[in-house]
Amino acid sequence: MKLSELCEKLSLTVIAGDTDASFDGVYAGDLLSRAMSHVEAENLWITIMSNINVIAVASLTEAAAVLLAEDVELVPEALEAARTKDITVLSSPMTVYELCVKIGELSL
Amino acid sequence: MKAVSAENWGMLMSEPINFHFDVDGENFSSAGEASVVVKKKLRQLGFPPDVIRRVSIAMYEGEINMVIHANGGDADVTVDDDFITIVLKDTGPGIPDVSLAMQEGYSTARESIRALGFGAGMGLPNMKKYTDSMEIDTTVGVGTTITMKIALNS
Ligand SMILES: Nc1ncnc2c1ncn2[C@@H]1O[C@H](COP(=O)(O)OP(=O)(O)OP(=O)(O)O)[C@@H](O)[C@H]1O
Ligand SMILES: [Mg+2]
Repeated sequence: MKLSELCEKLSLTVIAGDTDASFDGVYAGDLLSRAMSHVEAENLWITIMSNINVIAVASLTEAAAVLLAEDVELVPEALEAARTKDITVLSSPMTVYELCVKIGELSL
Repeated sequence: MKAVSAENWGMLMSEPINFHFDVDGENFSSAGEASVVVKKKLRQLGFPPDVIRRVSIAMYEGEINMVIHANGGDADVTVDDDFITIVLKDTGPGIPDVSLAMQEGYSTARESIRALGFGAGMGLPNMKKYTDSMEIDTTVGVGTTITMKIALNS
């Protein structure tokens, strides 16, 4: 599914990057070394972590996008890194659980 | 023309490629930068995605460990015909019990570090899992050197 379509269906806010890419799987979790080994290329990564290390992991794993739950805000240096590394960051007021349920219902 | 390009290729492959990085121990903002650069270089060199992924995971975990547990260190990546070799050398506190540290979930990361998402105790297990060999040479009070190899053409 296209990120743009996901954004539209779940009313997500685009914090950084574009939504042209598609994603083909989802990982939800906040521990970086678990995310590092479980986020596959083209995955959507849902987390409440919002520091710069999230951007490094997203970049290394080639995640399609990071989706920040519960409206957590990227710290400024992370936002800057997302922009320079071309990482798409989305955000939603929903919890990780609510997002997973909603995305599950969309059936990729 | 053919002979020339074959010769060039031979020269390229017989000459190992080295990348060196000074990993800053204070700076969390640049943590992972060396791994990002290595990944980019490997991609330019045309390595397959699974090799790049394994190197990225192993290098990132090792780099972060030097930052959060050892106040920084040196990272060296060498590419030759047979292996990508990653050597991470620090002069940090050392690891008192390596087999304990290798256990999934074991972590001494302090609270402020855990708040950033580190401390799952999965870094060393990931490094072992995603490489073909890993050696830990560590002395308490002196430092730690970790050597990891990823085999090519296997
Ligand atoms: N370079 C190092 N110097 C000193 N101690 C280290 C070093 N690398 C790892 N350790 C020790 O080994 C433990 C386990 O490391 P590991 O990378 O598996 O987990 P972690 O870094 O605590 O958490 P995670 O990697 O999941 O974020 C660390 O908590 C630390 O005590
Ligand atoms: Mg670690």
